[in-house]
Amino acid sequence: MVFEKIREIIAEQTGKDESEITLDTNVKEDLDADSLDLFQIINDIEDEFEVSIEDPEAIVTVKDAVDFVESHKN
Amino acid sequence: MLEGKTALVTGAAKGIGKAVAVAFAKEGCNIVLNYHSSLPDNVIKEIEGFDVKCMPVKGDVADFNFAAGLIKDVKNEFKTLDILVNNAGITRDMLLMRMSEEQFDSVIDTNLKGAFNMIRHASSLMLKQRSGSIINMASVVGITGNVGQANYAASKAGIIGLTKSVAKELAARGITCNAIAPGFVETDMTDVLAEDTKKAMLDVIPLKRYGQVKDIADAAVFLAKSSYITGQVLNVDGGMVM
Repeated sequence: MVFEKIREIIAEQTGKDESEITLDTNVKEDLDADSLDLFQIINDIEDEFEVSIEDPEAIVTVKDAVDFVESHKN
Repeated sequence: MLEGKTALVTGAAKGIGKAVAVAFAKEGCNIVLNYHSSLPDNVIKEIEGFDVKCMPVKGDVADFNFAAGLIKDVKNEFKTLDILVNNAGITRDMLLMRMSEEQFDSVIDTNLKGAFNMIRHASSLMLKQRSGSIINMASVVGITGNVGQANYAASKAGIIGLTKSVAKELAARGITCNAIAPGFVETDMTDVLAEDTKKAMLDVIPLKRYGQVKDIADAAVFLAKSSYITGQVLNVDGGMVM
């Protein structure tokens, strides 16, 4: 559930197809995302799951984002 | 060219802000009109007279959370935010030796932090759209400094640094950010100045007249239409500062 939503956010921001995005995807390197894309993705994840990602640098792969949300929501 | 776009103007109840809001309405933009204390009845009517929507929102841009809510409201109502004009500004003039901490802080909070707050929240919307024009109201005083206005001049110089940084950060998404530096414009803010001060100002304005709010509004419309100008400070001052 968390993964599907995050995948949707990342696909929308980067213009990539959802099928290209897996847990192992490195957002910056594999999807040609620049820092603006990354911050935008992080903002959207924060809004969607009502979490606060204090260290955006720690989010490198999709799995990093999913793990963060799962351990911090509520 | 600007028809159907959404323009948000802060501090738009009167003076330069109101003139800017009206000018964008005249161009066919829907207007989000922010004001702090009171809004004269005729302002909304005047804007709606151009067959556009006008959404008045009362609140203080110095409040980070208010700015967040304002942008959220704009998104809900109009979906996009195409033009943001950070105009809200105050003066608390006093010679440095007598300036209180409160006088300094309140001017920085409204004029500089207010602009930051608005840009901070508006930028995520504009980044998503991959378009937008941000226009910040600076002042020639932010370039030259002025006796009795250490707080105001510092806030306006800050606006210029903010403008250039935002321009660089957001350029990759086609978003422009510019500042207008008005000189001496006839508004309530300058009306309180002593007559001899006003006369002295005229001596240093090569075009030999005070600025009118329309002069500033015209510049704002020009910048909103210019997609290849960013990070600039446009002096609209009758030649006062060159």
